Amino acid sequence: MTVLELDGLGVRFGQRDILQDLRVSLSGRTVGLLGPNGAGKSTLIQTLVGFCQPSSGTARVLGYDIRHDLPRIRSLIGYMPENDTFIGNMTAVSCVRMMGELSGLPPDAALERAHEALFYVGLGEARYRLLGTYSLGMKQLAKLAQAIVHGPKLLILDEPTNGLDPPARQRMIRLIQEMRDSGEMRLLICSHLLRDVEETCEEVLILKQGRIVQSCNLEEERRANKRFVELEAYGHHHGFADAMTALGCECLHLGLGRFRMVLPDGFELREIYRWASGRDVQLRRLNYRRDTLEEIFMKAMAN
Amino acid sequence: MAVYKRTYKAYSGALTPRWSRFLILPRYAYSRLMQSKFVVLYLMACFFFPLLCATFIYLSHNLSVLEALNVPVGRLFQIDNKFFEFFCGFQGGMACLLTAFIGPGLVAPDLANSGLPLYFCRPFTRTEYVTGKLSLLLYFLSLVTWFPGLLVFAIQAELAGWQWTKENAWIGAAILAGLLLWDVFLALMALALSAWVKWRIAAGGLILGVLFAGAGFGAAVNSIVRTNYGSLLDLRQVIAVIWSQMFRNELSTNVPVSEAWTALAVACGICLWLLARRVKAFEVVK
Repeated sequence: MTVLELDGLGVRFGQRDILQDLRVSLSGRTVGLLGPNGAGKSTLIQTLVGFCQPSSGTARVLGYDIRHDLPRIRSLIGYMPENDTFIGNMTAVSCVRMMGELSGLPPDAALERAHEALFYVGLGEARYRLLGTYSLGMKQLAKLAQAIVHGPKLLILDEPTNGLDPPARQRMIRLIQEMRDSGEMRLLICSHLLRDVEETCEEVLILKQGRIVQSCNLEEERRANKRFVELEAYGHHHGFADAMTALGCECLHLGLGRFRMVLPDGFELREIYRWASGRDVQLRRLNYRRDTLEEIFMKAMAN
Repeated sequence: MAVYKRTYKAYSGALTPRWSRFLILPRYAYSRLMQSKFVVLYLMACFFFPLLCATFIYLSHNLSVLEALNVPVGRLFQIDNKFFEFFCGFQGGMACLLTAFIGPGLVAPDLANSGLPLYFCRPFTRTEYVTGKLSLLLYFLSLVTWFPGLLVFAIQAELAGWQWTKENAWIGAAILAGLLLWDVFLALMALALSAWVKWRIAAGGLILGVLFAGAGFGAAVNSIVRTNYGSLLDLRQVIAVIWSQMFRNELSTNVPVSEAWTALAVACGICLWLLARRVKAFEVVK
């Protein structure tokens, strides 16, 4: 199922184009939205939620058009805003309950779900406290609770780990991974932190100055990376490149016993060890090439 | 799902009808307001004058009681349109204070902590938000204005008989329409001002300022510009003119009725415009 389909989407504030001609189709369980400050990530999210009007093109969320089916989209999504957003004079449980009711849950079901959501995010013991008295990390968790209370099909998280200390960040990442693995919902995560996206997302969309500069499937990238190997040999390694080529690899000798190889499909690394042990060659290092999200991001920014 | 399981499960039950959801906000706000002893005491105080009026009407229709109390019947006020216009003026003033007490707490807390995106990312519109908040204010204001007004009128109708009721039914309609008009204006003004002034005390003060300082400001404009249009800034005088027309009494000021209606409509329009500008899910920083 396509989670998000952008079809020439553009958003303009006054004379300034914030988003320009975005075209992409994303269907991963978790989609990461990356980009430097001012790239238009939050504007894209606010457009999908219906806070901003598109100036050109359109977008489809879970198959529904944002221009025509906004109420339907809003009933299917849960949104965790970026900023400090709460209703200070309410307790967490009554606020989350009210948000559940506004999403259409009957009062009794909303109360039950509010308790469950707050326990789930780890605010069970603090659920009767006023939201205004919460710490920043607790407010982030409360925002997550209100976003999931009604059981959305798509959860949109705008900077979910913003301002969290390392343990709180770890907790938030674990919650996101749990929700992803539950298979009950899709997630769209907007973050500056590449590590957060790398730990949680299957697909990424990278924006720069209101345009898409990269869209890739991290799972496929990871699978592709497994085909690239770098190794360092010590001893009588002459003929190693020829032997590997004979086994179907593309092998390049970089000098000083260092080799870079592209492995064919179905190639077993055991073959390399076997060749090395037969010639008393020591393999001192063997790495898969790891094209990290940071590298993908930096390449996209350079482009 | 039981609390102890602590795993995420989606909700799969029935949903409430969309049209009824605007009532959720007033329900929560009502329960919060009724926790305030001050609001409850003030609401009780608002019923004192209608109770006094009801007692007066009862006594004026029971000559034997009056004779026992040695009260000369001729000295008592007439229960007529002037009596009910005075009732409207008094309860309308009580409604002003009630608005200043409860109005600022409705929108300001949502805006103070940027809470509006939480409402509007759901199938819940700005119109429903404003309607919900407005309906709570209208409920409380109705409780102290036209509702006791109609009760007092009903007591008078019951005691005065069918003939009086038939001839003066328009007074009942004037009580309902006149006070409802004032309630709508007060509610709109309270929401608009509390949407712009996040500090509750300041918002309450501003509401009272608009209602009570308008008289002085209008008089100053009248004397400086040598006109009568300054009186239109005194919204309590504006509504008094409209009530005088509705209750078929003589106008106590020289403000024309049509201009009073226009001034009230413009004031309501400004309030709606202020609300539309402020009640948004997000703002574009220019």
